Amino acid sequence: MRMSAKRTLRWGVAAALVAAAAACGSDNAGGSSGDSLTLWTHNAGNPQELAVVEQIAADWNAAHPDKKVTVRAFPQAAYNEAVVSAATAKKLPCILDTDAPTVPNWAYAGYLEPLDIPDDLLAKQLPSTVGKYQGKTYSVGYYEAALGLFARKSALTAAGVRVPTLEQPWTGAEFDQALQKVKAGGKYPITFDLGTGDTGTEWWTYGYSPFLQSFGGDLIDRTSYKSASGVLNGDKALAWATWMQGLVKKGYSPQKSSADAFADFVNGKSAMVWSGIWNSGSLSKVDDGVVLPPPDFGNGAKVGGGSWQWAVSSSCPDKATAMEYLRTSLTAKNMAAFAQKQNVIPASEEAAALVPGWQPGGEKRFFLDESKELAMVRPPTPGYPYLTTTFAKATQDIVAGGDPKQILDRAVAEIDRDLKSNDYYGF
Amino acid sequence: MRRRSSTRVRAAVLAARLLCAALFAFPLLFMFVSSLKPDTDIFKDIGSVRAFLPVGDISLDNYAGVFDTVPAARFLLNSLGISLVTVALGILVNSMAAFALSRLSWRGSRLALSVVIATLVVPFETFALPLVWWVDKLPWLTMNGLRLTWSTGWLDTYRVQVIPFVANAFSIYLFYSYFQSIPRQLDEAARVDGAGWFRIYRTVVMPLSGPAIATVAILTFLPAWNSYLWPLMVVQTEELRPVMVGASYFFQLKVHWGEIMAYSTLITLPVLALFLAFQRAFVNSIASTGVKG
Repeated sequence: MRMSAKRTLRWGVAAALVAAAAACGSDNAGGSSGDSLTLWTHNAGNPQELAVVEQIAADWNAAHPDKKVTVRAFPQAAYNEAVVSAATAKKLPCILDTDAPTVPNWAYAGYLEPLDIPDDLLAKQLPSTVGKYQGKTYSVGYYEAALGLFARKSALTAAGVRVPTLEQPWTGAEFDQALQKVKAGGKYPITFDLGTGDTGTEWWTYGYSPFLQSFGGDLIDRTSYKSASGVLNGDKALAWATWMQGLVKKGYSPQKSSADAFADFVNGKSAMVWSGIWNSGSLSKVDDGVVLPPPDFGNGAKVGGGSWQWAVSSSCPDKATAMEYLRTSLTAKNMAAFAQKQNVIPASEEAAALVPGWQPGGEKRFFLDESKELAMVRPPTPGYPYLTTTFAKATQDIVAGGDPKQILDRAVAEIDRDLKSNDYYGF
Repeated sequence: MRRRSSTRVRAAVLAARLLCAALFAFPLLFMFVSSLKPDTDIFKDIGSVRAFLPVGDISLDNYAGVFDTVPAARFLLNSLGISLVTVALGILVNSMAAFALSRLSWRGSRLALSVVIATLVVPFETFALPLVWWVDKLPWLTMNGLRLTWSTGWLDTYRVQVIPFVANAFSIYLFYSYFQSIPRQLDEAARVDGAGWFRIYRTVVMPLSGPAIATVAILTFLPAWNSYLWPLMVVQTEELRPVMVGASYFFQLKVHWGEIMAYSTLITLPVLALFLAFQRAFVNSIASTGVKG
């Protein structure tokens, strides 16, 4: 018995050393080398979009064999952590994509370089696809995303409710009436699903702050970017919070939706759902599905603007080539390729003209027009990561039934404290 | 009368055991069954017993989707290699450290043990970023043709996923506690026979430490298999990523829950197989060392 244990131990040690040597020998260093630039994207796990990114890089590499671009893909759910870690080790790639609201924070932290892209090229873009901070352009996107109110037309018709349009969205009162009537019909367990099952912070801000802005409130005072007081806890913000809470209290929306509210909508559990263009491909599974604009609560109907955009890192040893890569890749053909492969809005009219369904009158056109007319970018401040976390937590507390006034006052105090302790992030 | 009551007790115990087994098995069953269904069916069936039954539009499409979305086999192999090497090196290094603390008398050994134990209260997240900075500055010897050369930086390698986790305060403490229970007379007898410290460690103490080795192996394997934050921070090349980072590939704007369940099933199977294979050793080691993972 003892001999066997000894032998096992000996073999174990030997195996450990051999395996360690093998493991440590499997070297595969990343980063940029002298004749190539590295590009990071958030598209690991999204083969359709990654294929377009790789095609753009392949086109560039064919034309510039001496300055090749190497693509490295990361999963979206963990992308920001990977970038921040790389910045800590001063190992950022030359070219990287970034979620639009993060751009000011990364610019302020010194990760990003202002882009050198001619104004006439930027002028062709949807405004919300260009990431600006303190007057400088730091990022630009090939596409945009938008939210919509997905509904069953039959549910609205049966309730005798007007179907709203971009030109004439529902007013707050009309929307409330529509909810009342659809609920009274009793056909759907959920009248309007807000999609509160998504626990990701950014959904809560991206999804629900446009309602706040439509009421006339905001996350921060955009005239100074030095306080949230008055805009996040004023009368208009309080009206928004009461309305949000009322959706649950009146039984229109579940306090916590399922993990996939859109699947519930497709399965007939809800009459309406607040969701994004990424789900529009599944709308065909609903016989009479329509996409509607959000209601106008007094300050104009709003949707969130700003999706994934591209930037150049300040530590890139060959910024000129990285800028040239971005500049030359901003073509209608490339933008169209993204819109062809997945459900996103092409970033320019020129690109929209190349993709079936996106031309004026096309079946997908709604989202482009909505984005043009209603998109409001999230506050372009380096303090945004704290703003969004605080706002999401406050909204969750409001939906859970907490006292709106207290919750908003506390959120404002926390945001103002953060702004002050960071010297107002340079504003 | 007594027999009837003891039958009743046995039946109650059996029922309680079945209930416990069901409570623990249902999430796994739900995961496996959902991995065979399309997303809309998963959500349609939730709330009824159908959620645990392979009914409706059953197929292996989600598994095919998994292999389209992530290089699952590669990730599994990486995790297996990283975990096994970490376990093997961890047993070697930590048992040696514990042996030095337990058997060798040297000035400051008690203080060293206290410092080792004190590090247990520091959460990994607090020093993860400084550690990234450090590992990027560490040297490494590489073969360049027939020449050995120094390179700097461990980022984006397998070794950066293994070496920082080899030395482990908890494992040292476990080995130390176990070694303390082995009679020192055995060491003395070996010394009389002419054995040195390393021979005593190798031929006397370690062969008697089976339960401690099993516990350390399992408690090292699980966090290595589940590691997520660290590889995310230090690995940029897809070919070097472990399974848990692969799980985050599925959380796109449009989430495919069926594929997530299929991937979860695939990455749970090796751990489940390992547990079933070493079930007895695991339970014994937990019982003998009084710890749980």
